[in-house]
Amino acid sequence: MAEALLKVAGLEVHFPLRSPFLQRRIGTVRAVDGVDLEVARGETLAIVGESGCGKTTTGKAILRLIDPTGGSIRFGGQEIAQHGTAALAPFRRRMQIVFQDPYASLNPRMTVGSILAAPFEIHRIGQARDRAERVAGLLRTVGLPPEAARRYPHEFSGGQRQRIGIARALALEPELIIGDEPVSALDVSIQAQIINLMKRLQAERGLAYIMISHNLAVVSHVADRVAVMYLGRVVETAPREQLFFNAQHPYTQALLSAVPEPVPGRRRSRQVLQGDVPSPARPPKGCHFHPRCPIAQARCAEEAPASRIIAPGHAVACHMVTP
Amino acid sequence: MSAAARVPDEAGTGAPLLSVRDLALHIPVPPHVLRAVDGISFDLRRGETLGLVGESGSGKTLTALMLMRLLEPPLDALPRGQVVLDGIDLMTLDEARMSALRGRTVSMVFQEPMTSLNPIMTVGRQIAEPLVRHLGLSPRQAAARAEAMLRLVHIPDPQRVAGAYPHLLSGGMRQRAMIAIALACRPAVLVADEPTTALDVTVQAQILELLGELQREMGSAILLITHDLAVIAETAHRVAVMYAGRIVEEAPVASLFAAPRHPYTRGLLASIPRIERVPAATLPEIPGMVPGPGDRPAGCAFMARCMRAISGCAAEAPPLAELGPGHRVACWNPADG
Repeated sequence: MAEALLKVAGLEVHFPLRSPFLQRRIGTVRAVDGVDLEVARGETLAIVGESGCGKTTTGKAILRLIDPTGGSIRFGGQEIAQHGTAALAPFRRRMQIVFQDPYASLNPRMTVGSILAAPFEIHRIGQARDRAERVAGLLRTVGLPPEAARRYPHEFSGGQRQRIGIARALALEPELIIGDEPVSALDVSIQAQIINLMKRLQAERGLAYIMISHNLAVVSHVADRVAVMYLGRVVETAPREQLFFNAQHPYTQALLSAVPEPVPGRRRSRQVLQGDVPSPARPPKGCHFHPRCPIAQARCAEEAPASRIIAPGHAVACHMVTP
Repeated sequence: MSAAARVPDEAGTGAPLLSVRDLALHIPVPPHVLRAVDGISFDLRRGETLGLVGESGSGKTLTALMLMRLLEPPLDALPRGQVVLDGIDLMTLDEARMSALRGRTVSMVFQEPMTSLNPIMTVGRQIAEPLVRHLGLSPRQAAARAEAMLRLVHIPDPQRVAGAYPHLLSGGMRQRAMIAIALACRPAVLVADEPTTALDVTVQAQILELLGELQREMGSAILLITHDLAVIAETAHRVAVMYAGRIVEEAPVASLFAAPRHPYTRGLLASIPRIERVPAATLPEIPGMVPGPGDRPAGCAFMARCMRAISGCAAEAPPLAELGPGHRVACWNPADG
């Protein structure tokens, strides 16, 4: 098999925790603590988990918007984890991001046309003259009229703004787009429009996606494979159907059972997890999930479980799961 | 327990505890009038949960703020209609009498617990305050009752949490604390505006379970405002669907989900992603978007996005008409049940 488009191994992002007044280092927040991921060309990997699990930090570290403190990021066969700004420039074109909040991620003082032309200017692509044409093409691709280029972001609805964000990400014809909760801020009826748009673009252009989301139902409609994170670590990775219908990690099972269903009376016997996610500044010893885990044993409190492959493409990090 | 088993009175025959009639908020912004809430009516009975569901801009939160009389000037002079709670029209009360009811007979839980809790007052004092003010408890009695409330909402180590400030608590704990404040005086009506939207899904499950448990214990009626139909399906007895400032469909939860009649409700239900073995290649969409409060058409506000629109839809907005037991629909061409 050819090497994956993206291969992340042992990725670590540790932030120093400083005291409020003297700024002394008093600890370390292990936001991402040894993450392995792979994304093939044209596929969608979803990273799911609750707040503080490190999914957004993982995405930003892959794009090198945050510097990783350890591990390897191979993109298109080349190691980029330690690249400086200049060495990264050619890779920046090939990886893009769509943010959650289309209100905050578009400059309110720029017209949509200049927002969409900016990537071409920064990377010195094309002449000023044909940029207008490229912008019109991008707008058409995401289902907006070319006149939208003359307007400002505040003149658009949330769904339209997210279309603009997607158009910007497409400008340089990237191979990988990371969507950080791209539909979470949108109304349900608009959410479906954006999901369908992203799927259509993927089919047309062979894009690979990393979809970062807390919404498992949305993920089930877009992902080919899913990685579940908990407190900085990946606890389970599996092909879509395996993950949703044959989850093995007790955290994945609890997460799935907590998803409310739009069917009255079909509430399953819910396994409600007790307590909250602990702080990543003070993660529990051993398996990070053991204090909330319904099947934890003594060993789980002592020793972090390694990820083991239990079926093709299905890896689980749990002492209690046997292949 | 199934939704149908929760309340015997699903068709809505009992006397309402809270009765809302023709509630409207029309905001003059010359040369326009924004019809943010455009004449809505519903009833809430003792011990029941009514889900008020709608997308952004549908007017659901403004409805809650009008019920609570929490709109700020100059908007506070604009609401029209009646909100009758146990025989008293809240809309006509002066602020002194309203504030005697607020927190005692009717209280509210907000979406974002961090911005609605007082950051410089301990959690215990925030729960004790309404007990002293409304029920005349001594500070010592109120403090003891505050701790009991924290225990009731399953906060571990309630004594420590009572002495803590809100920023020290996690999101889930803050929402529990806010529920403890809202329910301290055992109100007859609890208005919960997106109470779990800011929470993680495992914590959402805990909070929804807690609200149901407290309702069974205290018999409070809950008006649950949310954009999330799945949350409604699991917790409400009846549902009212809002679109562009109006209620377009109202029904017992089982019949709304099994046989939605309004094209908007049908579109909304179809577009929710669900976890299925074989996902649809494309999710059903509702085309277009909600008209803003300033450019609503004279007829049905959903018409421009509606697949079932007929010639009469443009002329006049359809009234809510009863099409089945407790099932009301505002549509000139409703789908079959």
